[in-house]
Amino acid sequence: MNYPQIPKSWNIESKPHKFCPGCGHGIALKALGMVIDELGIQDKTVFGVDIGCSLLAWDFFNVDTIQTHHGRTTPVITGIKRANPELITIAYMGDGGGYAIGSQHLVNAAARNEKITVILINNTNYGMTGGQMAPTTLPGQKTETTPYGRDVGETGYPTLGPEMVAAIAREGAYVARGTVANLRQLKGFIKKAIENQMAGNGFSFVEVLSGCPTNWRTNAKETWDFIENTMTQYFKVGELKVPGKGE
Amino acid sequence: MANKPITGEQRVFMTGNEVIAYAAVMAEADIMYGYPITPQNEIMHYWTRLAPKYGKKFLQTEDELSAGFTTIGGVLAGRKAFTATAGPGNTLMQEPMSMAEMMRIPTLLIVQQRGGPSTATVIYSQQEVTMTTYGGNGEGFRIVYSTASHQDLYDYVIKGFNTAWKYRFPTFILGDGYQAKMREACVMYDPAERGIELVKPTPYMGAPGTPGVDRKPSHMRNTYNTEEELYEVVMNLAKAYEAIIPEVVEFEELNAFEADTVIIAHGVVSRAAKGAVKELLAEGEKKVGYFRPITLRPLAVNELREIAQRAKKLIIAESSYGQLLKQIKEAIYGTDVEIHTILKPGVGITQEEIVAKYHEVK
Ligand SMILES: Cc1ncc(C[n+]2csc(CCOP(=O)(O)OP(=O)(O)O)c2C)c(N)n1
Ligand code: SF4
Repeated sequence: MNYPQIPKSWNIESKPHKFCPGCGHGIALKALGMVIDELGIQDKTVFGVDIGCSLLAWDFFNVDTIQTHHGRTTPVITGIKRANPELITIAYMGDGGGYAIGSQHLVNAAARNEKITVILINNTNYGMTGGQMAPTTLPGQKTETTPYGRDVGETGYPTLGPEMVAAIAREGAYVARGTVANLRQLKGFIKKAIENQMAGNGFSFVEVLSGCPTNWRTNAKETWDFIENTMTQYFKVGELKVPGKGE
Repeated sequence: MANKPITGEQRVFMTGNEVIAYAAVMAEADIMYGYPITPQNEIMHYWTRLAPKYGKKFLQTEDELSAGFTTIGGVLAGRKAFTATAGPGNTLMQEPMSMAEMMRIPTLLIVQQRGGPSTATVIYSQQEVTMTTYGGNGEGFRIVYSTASHQDLYDYVIKGFNTAWKYRFPTFILGDGYQAKMREACVMYDPAERGIELVKPTPYMGAPGTPGVDRKPSHMRNTYNTEEELYEVVMNLAKAYEAIIPEVVEFEELNAFEADTVIIAHGVVSRAAKGAVKELLAEGEKKVGYFRPITLRPLAVNELREIAQRAKKLIIAESSYGQLLKQIKEAIYGTDVEIHTILKPGVGITQEEIVAKYHEVK
């Protein structure tokens, strides 16, 4: 039997990692680690993490990493890429970081077609601060700030991030939504997103459907059921924009 | 591609914003990230005109949060990056500058103060002193130069990059709307020809080699898990900052250590103060002096205390409701010198007003 390997680009010293058991972040970072290995870019990758549970990845890889402010990972990574276009720059954040506090940065980076890669973890809540409503919280979903379930009449509908980015970003952008429930596919999306940056085409964006069992208060079975069956009804998995494939 | 816009010395008659753009090119800045706000816009206008001729870059960001954080990104990538702002833009800049303080990132931010609070006027004030010196959610480990003239703008922009890169604390050039917009003469020069060595930037991210294989990865963070861990980090920052204070502190004075009455002002107001003291000395008033802190952070605390212990009266003049005053009171705490003030938030102060105040309190 072929056991899954630990990616070469992982920093063994910081393992076991600091995410809660069953968290989706670890799986997404595994996909990313595998892509860094396959593309052989460990020497020129700069990884930026946000505040939110993504910050726990500040020493996750043997890759230069900058952990910045909540919502500001996109501009920091943009600044690095603009100053040194040789580097492969990846911004990694949560749905709060990308769609709430940092949304104007995401929108404008997409509009400018910044040649960076953004990977955004959608776990339908604010993980780190203890499970409050996120822009991605599903209608009726209970969180600490929507204890009776999200009322869309009051707080609107969940943000469809990739759909929004695909509508803003122009030719050369790559946009996809993957899920930690399909690692092989997710890895493929992340790989294409980084290759797209390496080709100098334009903005690349991957949203990752992910679990937060701690705040969802779900066991393993319910966690996976929510990711695979509930989230995917609202958030459609697949590629939304691929360079060369037209609008 | 031409390599520099100034060779030898050139006497020019320009606006302050234009002078800043030239100074940044001559300081070998690589990239400016910026967001428009009056009265600093022309820094970007002139920079974007000069940039392509000298292999420099520019990005107009979506707001000042982004301009501050992209500037940090540029510095992390090993470039001399800078930005400029004013007023409410300065408010937004405090978030990235806090990160620069925590991570010892050599940012250079040029502030052209306008009226406040909030949007207020686009013209002039000295109301961004407190925010620029202590505005982050930290301890204010930063260096703030308050300029008074176009010559200062040229000199201190060049110096500011060196200070930032040498000491690795966020560095600010605190100008104002008058300096930004008015024209006056100054001498621009090639720093190399004056023996000024420009500190070379080095990358925090993306240095040669493979992290974890033939060099250590650069893992930077501003989030800490325990009280003790953070305490140690901040105490190390404090220690490093305290150590550089004697090298960094700057001031200008005239008769200040001999006088009974010392007029204290910074920035453009210091010109009126200095003029007033010269006028009074010429009139035969022997016991008047002038003191201008050039660095508002760190402040020349030792000199101010010495003056306060000797003199009988201080007159503090500023175009704010006492932001410099607050710092000076703290610096001279425990002395019993009498303090008089001219506080005019958002309004300029003339030499005549200062002379009149001197006679009034004498
Ligand atoms: C300016 C600012 N506002 C608020 C916070 C508090 N905060 C920390 S993490 C977080 C939410 C993180 O949620 P998300 O981005 O969805 O990431 P997750 O933790 O779910 O992975 C918030 C609001 C902060 N650190 N900074
Ligand atoms: S709180 Fe949620 S997102 Fe954060 S580490 Fe735990 S499971 Fe993961």
